[in-house]
Amino acid sequence: MISTIDKVTTESHGDDHGHSHGHAEHHGPRGILNWLTTTDHKIIGLSYTITSVIMLVIGGALAEVIRGQLANPNGHLVTMAQYNELFTMHGSIMIYLFAGPFAFGALANIIVPIQIGAPDMAFPRLNALSYWLYLTGAITMLLGFFVTGGAANFGWVGYAPLSDAIYSPGAGADLWIGGLMLTGFSAIFTGVNICATVFYLRAPGMTLFRMPIFTWNLLVVSILILLAFPVLTAGLIMLYSDRHLGTHIYTVVGGGSPVLWQHIFWFWGHPEVYILALPFFGMVTEIIPVFSKKPVFGYKGMVFATLTIAALSLGVWAHHMFTTGVVLLPFFSIMSLLIAVPTGIKIFNWIGSMWRGQIWFSAAMLFSIGFVVTFLIGGLTGVYLASPPLDFFTHDTYFIVAHFHSVVMALVIGGMAGLYYWGPKITGYMLNERIGKTQFWFLFIGTQVFTIPQYILGLQGMPRRMAIYPNDPQWQTLNTWSSVGAIMIGISTLLFIVNIVASWKKHPAGDNPWDAHTLEWFTTSPPPHHNFFRLPQIRSERPTWDHNHPDAKTLAHGKDAH
Amino acid sequence: MRVEAKILIALGLFFGLMCAVYWTWSLENAGGVMMFFGMGLCLLPGSYYYWWSRRMGPRAEDDPNATQEAGAGYIDAFPGSSIFPFTLGMGAFFIVLALVFGSWMLVPGLGLVIWAALGGIAEGRRGGSR
Amino acid sequence: MELTPRTPKGAPAKSRLRRLAIALALPIAGISLSGCTLPGFGAHQSDTTTGQSAYYLWQGFSVVAAIIGAFVLALIVYAVVAYRRKGDEIPKQTQYHVPLEIIYTVIPILIVIALFVATIVTENKVLAMPKTDVSINVNAFQWGWGFTYDKQNAISVGSTTESPVMVMPVDTDVRIVLTATDVVHGFYVRDFNFSRFALPGVKNQFTLHATKTGTFFGQCTQLCGLYHSIMYYKVKVVTQDEYQTWLNSFNTPEGKAAADAAKKVLKEQMSAHVPVKTEISRGAN
Ligand code: HEM
Ligand SMILES: [Cu+2]
Ligand SMILES: [Cu+2]
Repeated sequence: MISTIDKVTTESHGDDHGHSHGHAEHHGPRGILNWLTTTDHKIIGLSYTITSVIMLVIGGALAEVIRGQLANPNGHLVTMAQYNELFTMHGSIMIYLFAGPFAFGALANIIVPIQIGAPDMAFPRLNALSYWLYLTGAITMLLGFFVTGGAANFGWVGYAPLSDAIYSPGAGADLWIGGLMLTGFSAIFTGVNICATVFYLRAPGMTLFRMPIFTWNLLVVSILILLAFPVLTAGLIMLYSDRHLGTHIYTVVGGGSPVLWQHIFWFWGHPEVYILALPFFGMVTEIIPVFSKKPVFGYKGMVFATLTIAALSLGVWAHHMFTTGVVLLPFFSIMSLLIAVPTGIKIFNWIGSMWRGQIWFSAAMLFSIGFVVTFLIGGLTGVYLASPPLDFFTHDTYFIVAHFHSVVMALVIGGMAGLYYWGPKITGYMLNERIGKTQFWFLFIGTQVFTIPQYILGLQGMPRRMAIYPNDPQWQTLNTWSSVGAIMIGISTLLFIVNIVASWKKHPAGDNPWDAHTLEWFTTSPPPHHNFFRLPQIRSERPTWDHNHPDAKTLAHGKDAH
Repeated sequence: MRVEAKILIALGLFFGLMCAVYWTWSLENAGGVMMFFGMGLCLLPGSYYYWWSRRMGPRAEDDPNATQEAGAGYIDAFPGSSIFPFTLGMGAFFIVLALVFGSWMLVPGLGLVIWAALGGIAEGRRGGSR
Repeated sequence: MELTPRTPKGAPAKSRLRRLAIALALPIAGISLSGCTLPGFGAHQSDTTTGQSAYYLWQGFSVVAAIIGAFVLALIVYAVVAYRRKGDEIPKQTQYHVPLEIIYTVIPILIVIALFVATIVTENKVLAMPKTDVSINVNAFQWGWGFTYDKQNAISVGSTTESPVMVMPVDTDVRIVLTATDVVHGFYVRDFNFSRFALPGVKNQFTLHATKTGTFFGQCTQLCGLYHSIMYYKVKVVTQDEYQTWLNSFNTPEGKAAADAAKKVLKEQMSAHVPVKTEISRGAN
């Protein structure tokens, strides 16, 4: 079916939504075939959301087993071989299959086109392809558990030569590589799609500097994806070729260099950190101002900070390689330290957005504040690691594990904020606020109980990726606490599922339950097939707010035109 | 379009600068090469957009005073549904599995890919599915 | 009285910035160097000179992080408490406060420069390569370690079943030449506040200068396969005399025989025989 669409007319006060122009009704196939053939960004985005949350649950389940093993110094839950598979697959699932796709595939897919007043992504079929590549990539990687030899077991970073055919024979490693290739292409296509959408499908008046920060961040993330992912894919192809085609790119014996893999991997890996983080920064940047009844503080500074982070993130990869002794320490040290500056700007802007506001502590807002606090801890400990002498003695210890879990758990908390905030828009129904707040406290406190003992353990010398550890009473106590935190995080995840079931189709959300600012709150919940029946005039980054509060309009960016 | 172009060009120039500093200072080539291509990947589309933005008038989405009527009208044909992304995805899946489980899997893999390519192109010509 | 000359009118803002940066860097560097009675912030004193420098730097960073963290946390808590919803009126729609934004851009930049200066100062100490006669070759393999001594018969080899022991003299600069035969391993001694990758094909060099005798626990920190969790070793720091005695014990006929046997074991372990291609022996860069 062809549905050509017209951009729809001007806002008309008091007009009801039935007033649609040029909107073609959607008569696609129904049922499973509808899901297989859909090109609607909202359905694809929802598929992404559900799939990636399932990955979070799987990865979380593996993590609980890891923590179960570590609760005792000589845990007997799993063998050493199984333990290596467990943390490798936990890390891989969480980074490649949960955090990334959730960040740029899930909510982004649904929200970005609506926020800029577009009817769909620029390339709807490519968008669907992205999803299928992601799903098949995830299946490919998980298949590793079912082949002889087991899943990949060389860490989520797959350092060569441990990951080559001599030291890691077996199909699990190949499935890991294959799965990453598929999800890598999926990410690249999503990046292309978001760039094109933002460049070409904005509504009239939606200049770049009126885009919501969430959309801005996703534009920058997409550029980073296009810069980083091809490098990883190339690296993986070379790894596969080393394993099976007899090349020696990463092996010393044939004249190659193991350190090359680390360069390639981290040249993707560090931008990836920001590819993961920036969308969540964007989410809380949307949420905090809405629930403070204020515009975002320092909009332009926020955009500038995002761009600076992107620019710097391409030049810091080797801070993950300080302990190799073969990289340019001062260059990577200063570049990495500098990233703290734009990140700090963001934190101050979030606080500025709350300042003198009227803060409504909805579940989404609680999660957002929890995000800021947890991220603050992760960010401050990250500054240490930018200093080579300090990295030397914390690298590959639990200090690192704690640092990046502060960061990634902040992202999980931010993601929850996004789900509570946009969930009603996507499904049309509110989530239960009370369960949401309970979930928040479990997740937030659990995260700190989980990470803080790990910081101490790391400083006391406990290396990461250890199936067993020396029998020291203090280490045992700290590890037990960390496991208690992990259980609290697990409970919070269960509460989320409970909440979805409990509030299933209970309380209709209405178009704009939060008195929010941006275009997605101008249309219906859920939005119609091509998103809008009508659009308001866009004169600032808060068109919906301006429409609903004519007496408290936002300062227009660019030439003023009230 | 001009702002988009400038952002990309600025990023590209910054990467170029970093690349120059790094390459002269370090004893290693991989990073320099990667940053060089990073620069290219920004400058290429950036300068194309810039060249293009000088050739066309500002679009409604670049005009801060545009009204919604300015953008009314036909945008493009958006296929409402299509099976070919799924077919192509499955084809890619089998091709990757062929890397692991043996090259016979290339048969269904390439078959699906070719079907998707032909079908997708034909569908694009017609402007939508069916 | 002014100690520093006033910035001449029209002087480039850069030099003023630099002076501010130095003013900020000095206290951190001061802490880093003097290591007064600050708390350890979770880290511990080290039994090597270089590890001790890193410890002081840790304290400096921690002071900065604690101040910033406490300040930002206080702002968040204050905002959350003071501005919770009290009514329905719409607050002032403030969007920008340019001077404030500049302040919280510039001050972090200055802090970062200060941290960087402190980092470089410490880094140069940690990575210094003083001339020395004592040089130990460390070989990591799946899953054990071999320690051999330049121009000596002495050797210690061991794997997961019995930890090898690296014997080194106290109060002496000891050059460590580190490499791996198969995959990447990590040489890490907790009490030395230092670690370095053992990379196949790369000869990594650094200096350890122990300040205390005793036996320290060492462990592989970089995932290297199945028995990574138990790839232990010990570092035994002894007095000069004891060290000489230990070295000499390998020169007796029995000692020699034992050493030869151990060398054979090590050679077998290094089955991959990776040629060493890159030699890294630079300091800070
Ligand atoms: C339910 C919450 C979580 C728990 C309890 C948990 C637990 C753990 C533990 C104990 C380890 C260390 C394993 C070891 O070094 O022996 C680990 C590693 C890791 N985790 Fe998590 N984690 C959680 C959530 C996450 C999330 C949300 C992400 C990313 C988005 C993540 C990414 C990673 C990565 C990348 C590693 C490193 C794997 C490796 O060493 O190769 N984790 N996790
Ligand atoms: Cu990084
Ligand atoms: Cu190891």
